[in-house]
Amino acid sequence: MEEYPVIVEDVTYSYPTRENVLKHISFKVKKGEVLGIIGPNGAGKTTLCLSLNGIVPQFFGGRMSGKVIVAEMNTFEHTIAELSTKVGIVFQDPLDQLSGIATTLEEEVAFGLAMLGFPKEEIDKRVEEAIETVGLKGLEGRSPYELSGGQQQRLAIATVLAVKPEILVLDEPTAQLDPIGKFEVFETIKELAAGGQTIIVAEHEIEELATFADEIIALYDGEMVLKGEGKKVLSSVERLKEIGVDPPSVTELTHLLRNELEISQDEYPITLDEAIKLYGEVLK
Amino acid sequence: MAEPIIKVEDVWFQYSPEVVALKEINLEIHSGEILALIGQNGGGKTTLAKHFNGLLKPTKGRVLVAGMDTKETPTHKIVAKVGYVFQNPAHQIFMSTVYEEVAYGPRNLELSEEEVDRRVKEALKVVGLEGTEEMHPYDLDYGKRKLLTVASVLSMNPEVFVLDEPTTGQDHVGRRVLSDLCIKLNKEGKTVVVITHDMRFVARTAKRVVLMAEGRILKDGPVEEVLYDYETLRKAFIRPPQVVELNLKVGKFPEKFLTVDEAAEMIRGILKSR
Repeated sequence: MEEYPVIVEDVTYSYPTRENVLKHISFKVKKGEVLGIIGPNGAGKTTLCLSLNGIVPQFFGGRMSGKVIVAEMNTFEHTIAELSTKVGIVFQDPLDQLSGIATTLEEEVAFGLAMLGFPKEEIDKRVEEAIETVGLKGLEGRSPYELSGGQQQRLAIATVLAVKPEILVLDEPTAQLDPIGKFEVFETIKELAAGGQTIIVAEHEIEELATFADEIIALYDGEMVLKGEGKKVLSSVERLKEIGVDPPSVTELTHLLRNELEISQDEYPITLDEAIKLYGEVLK
Repeated sequence: MAEPIIKVEDVWFQYSPEVVALKEINLEIHSGEILALIGQNGGGKTTLAKHFNGLLKPTKGRVLVAGMDTKETPTHKIVAKVGYVFQNPAHQIFMSTVYEEVAYGPRNLELSEEEVDRRVKEALKVVGLEGTEEMHPYDLDYGKRKLLTVASVLSMNPEVFVLDEPTTGQDHVGRRVLSDLCIKLNKEGKTVVVITHDMRFVARTAKRVVLMAEGRILKDGPVEEVLYDYETLRKAFIRPPQVVELNLKVGKFPEKFLTVDEAAEMIRGILKSR
């Protein structure tokens, strides 16, 4: 039987000051898979991420119908603290995540674990593992504020990973980073995905997302307008353009040439490698 | 050739004795150009751009704006020539209505109220924010707030626009709106300098690209030359737009292209001629 660590069923949500930010959203995420969330700013991506560990609606208030089940816990029936041990959220700006009081990387990663009351030996072990996983080994003694943007975001991921969440949620983790920072963070996410971590990631960098997302949902004005396998969703070029999302360039290119190439939508390339193969043949 | 609007002559800049942010920079920007300044954070892009309007003065060397040395000219004269749109709208916006925000600059130029009003209306029209005059800037969404910061520079009517990472935090529609706006300003005769990490934006917007790394200019040339210099870009850890990479890796296209539309047109031509 398949395991679904994340089940979202017909969720509709209004903030106290904004109506229907999410409308009838339903999806499931299989254990060990990566779900990408795409859509323009204001479509509800962040709200959906925050609903996965109960911050929405428990902290923000407002009205929510439907249900969210994460790691077999209904978010209405468990506290944010309980949910947070199973669902780790990484925010867009790493500076929002860091404690602001830790003077070293090690302390920063240990901080959350200490708050949760883990014994010292366990904390030390997990800190070491988490720092290694995100590729920051050797920088343990540095101040979090001496790091580059990409390193800070990887540190933020480490602080979340140290808690060993069943589900890792990343809300536009590369939006504020330069190309090196984006590369570093994507490499870290890909490694975690390859290691079987269940991941939900909201992203505007569609061409990167195409290389590692198993499933993708597209949000627009609070509605889920597309859902399915990554390849299927990203090949829906016209629908994506309608909601203001640019598909990968190579996918859009192939869509423009679909008549000349006599190619059907389910054969569109969504990654550079697939496109190199296709156009290498076409131009032979 | 006409005198450049911005001339950077052997400029070095140090934030402190240990931190040398710019090394031996020589650069000429001519009136009417539209160029992108690319490179990693910490490479010197923003530091250099802040020399263009006198926000920073060189430690060594000199910067001439419309022939005026930024070290010897009062800043208000430089600022009237070169407008700077900051990366974070929150660092720029401080009035309580959209109208007042855009009127602030021209009022400081001591223009008549009619002229101020005319400029505010014109600037809001260019960026597509007419009708929001009485709104609070923070009631605009992030993308529109960015456009507001452009309008408040536009109302000063500078010759040169410097936009510092306008694409950061923007979704795809927001990036396209900003690209269109840069192209429009340039068509109206403005010189436009954009700092960005988004190579698809660069390919669509800029005609010239300056690549910086470790405080130096690594490459300066036409957009198709720089974005096709895979080796140099790789040294700076930058990937060209996906269609450029496709062109380079397939290696069978007769010419360079920069955008999806250009690529489609070329491939269509090849297929037809067979």
